[in-house]
Amino acid sequence: MATEALTVSEIEGRWRDLAGTLPGAGIDWLDDFRAQGLEQFRASGLPGPRLESWKYTNLPRALRDRSYTPAATAQRTSLDRVASLLPAESTRLRLVFLDGRFSAEHSQLADLPEGVTLAPLSRVLRDAPQRLEGLLQAADYDRERALQALNDALFDEGLLLSVSSGIQLDTPVEVIFVGGTSDEAVESHQRLVVSIGRGAEATLVEHHQSVGSGNGLLNLVSDIHVAAGAGLTHLRVQETGDESVHLAGTHLQLERDARYRSLAFTSGAALSRHEIDATLLGENADVTLDGAYLLRGRQHGDTTSVIRHTVPHTSARQTYKGALDDRARGVFQGRIVVEQDAQKTDGRMLNKTLLLSEKAEIDSKPELEIFADDVQCAHGATAGELDADALFYLRSRGLSQEGARALLVEAFVAELIEDFPVEALRPALLERLQHWLLGTS
Amino acid sequence: MLEIKNLHATVDGTEILKGIDLSIGAGEVHAIMGPNGSGKSTLSYVLSGRDGYEVTEGEVLLKGQNLLDLAPEERAAAGVFLAFQYPVEIPGVPNTTFLKEAVNAVRKSRGESALDAMQFLKVLRAKVKELGMSDEYLKRAVNAGFSGGEKKRNEVLQMAMLEPALAVLDETDSGLDIDALKAVADGVNALRGPERSMLVITHYQRLLDYIVPDRVHVLSQGRIIRSGGPELAKELEAKGYADIIEAAA
Ligand SMILES: Nc1ncnc2c1ncn2[C@@H]1O[C@H](COP(=O)(O)OP(=O)(O)O)[C@@H](O)[C@H]1O
Ligand SMILES: [Mg+2]
Repeated sequence: MATEALTVSEIEGRWRDLAGTLPGAGIDWLDDFRAQGLEQFRASGLPGPRLESWKYTNLPRALRDRSYTPAATAQRTSLDRVASLLPAESTRLRLVFLDGRFSAEHSQLADLPEGVTLAPLSRVLRDAPQRLEGLLQAADYDRERALQALNDALFDEGLLLSVSSGIQLDTPVEVIFVGGTSDEAVESHQRLVVSIGRGAEATLVEHHQSVGSGNGLLNLVSDIHVAAGAGLTHLRVQETGDESVHLAGTHLQLERDARYRSLAFTSGAALSRHEIDATLLGENADVTLDGAYLLRGRQHGDTTSVIRHTVPHTSARQTYKGALDDRARGVFQGRIVVEQDAQKTDGRMLNKTLLLSEKAEIDSKPELEIFADDVQCAHGATAGELDADALFYLRSRGLSQEGARALLVEAFVAELIEDFPVEALRPALLERLQHWLLGTS
Repeated sequence: MLEIKNLHATVDGTEILKGIDLSIGAGEVHAIMGPNGSGKSTLSYVLSGRDGYEVTEGEVLLKGQNLLDLAPEERAAAGVFLAFQYPVEIPGVPNTTFLKEAVNAVRKSRGESALDAMQFLKVLRAKVKELGMSDEYLKRAVNAGFSGGEKKRNEVLQMAMLEPALAVLDETDSGLDIDALKAVADGVNALRGPERSMLVITHYQRLLDYIVPDRVHVLSQGRIIRSGGPELAKELEAKGYADIIEAAA
């Protein structure tokens, strides 16, 4: 049942067939939530380049001539092995989704500690839908967020991670999304719901990978709430196949004294977009958003983020660095908003890109919107080639041109990996970086 | 060992080297002295193959092999080493990693096997000690935040690790206090040997008290205008460049 991708008429048709069968159908608040999402998507359609934040990423063009089979109806082939970023001994909590369907066979949920809920969303909606009420954030009729509205309407899988107050969850929670497990191109709408209770701590590893070139489409929305005094460390690796389309939106809310730290490592997909909307709601909330992107060929990778400081004494740091080769295109749109009451805000944003080929391109747009007068905010963006003096210096010591390039790019990106606080995850990231470098033309 | 014949080179279309002839035998140390802007660094870059330095005439042979056709890394493999006047800072690359990559790249292109990590570190630690450096430099990124003296010692350390056939030292003495100068000179002297030739470029005679050359050449406006024994350096010190250049004109 392949269809023209994500047009309003196609979605409406699908809605008529599907609405009654979506997980949680019949629960009033959820039906309303979905209906509102559909209505919003119907009004805005796919976001196109006429919208300010979609200027550099032409989604309608990327989806033209593509058609997908919805996850609910796709056939999947069996899968022997799922790659993990974690050392074998620490993979005790794991959820695996194959093209949008939960795979109990590949998952591990037996060792769930007291006070921790970790379950596929389909199961939560069946057994305890009330647990989700209030945790899903609606797309709020913002035209720029039509994809999230579409997700509100159609999401049919994902997960709930809920850590109760005061629980220190030492084991990282690993969530793996595998694409390309079907002979068909699969479209899935997933929801990742994370709630870290007061004073609790957790580490989340979100890993997107594909079998082969993975020609599917994922539209993922994450609702992350970090309560007072709690902390979440979040690694996100997106290394899906080079035919796939990866669309993700993260809503992040931090209460007083909450900490959130993420590293987004992006090397996959034909087209990817990661939107982050982080709101610092309580004093001393602290957020670090780091990102590394490595793209080549004709890959397109977009990070669009907004960090909102709403109260005094909050801090945010954002460092995105990457290397673009061949005809790859990167987009970084980072906005820091400091509301009138948010005095003593400390906000820093930096975007640095190495352009390894003349045809590679970055559109970098850091922005500050400051309505308070006593703040420390800074942003910067650089883009350029590798330093010719450094290249010559290395070559004069015997390193080949490729070896010298690789060493310099590695040093540039590895800095972010070495800053990532979970040591056990660094080797897998460095390995991916080195692997990418070996493929440099 | 090294034969430079009628070497002309341009930078951005301007001729900087205007016919240099220089022959250095195996085991010899030659000094090139000259005022600022005379073309000393240009010569060192032409020898090591930097982009943007175009040879318009002449040839350079190392052990009979034409260097000018080779990429910088191929010259390194053939035994050319340049101690930079301004060593480049490379943030994020630890010195040890860099040295190991360099040593093994050169070994590989010579058909030798890579050194294992233990062997490599042992040799490296010994050389670091000889140069009066602390092990801490090895963990730091290449030249990043190094003082002028530390950078120059690091150049000599690289030379000691790479054991080149031809070492070109471009103003390795500039900016060094007397202790650092002695340490650098000791490091260089330790590498003197029958199979290694050196070209020591300097503005001042002082270095040549510690590294005593076999021959001294005076470079002015892209030409060697006088050559002589070590006493020529003393004469330069006494009279200054202006007199010598005038006398040669
Ligand atoms: N990259 C360059 N572009 C243009 N001119 C240069 C460049 N490098 C050197 N020169 C010129 O070449 C001449 C010789 O410079 P250099 O070799 O650095 O002299 P030295 O090392 O003897 O002080 C000088 O006139 C200098 O201005
Ligand atoms: Mg010079």
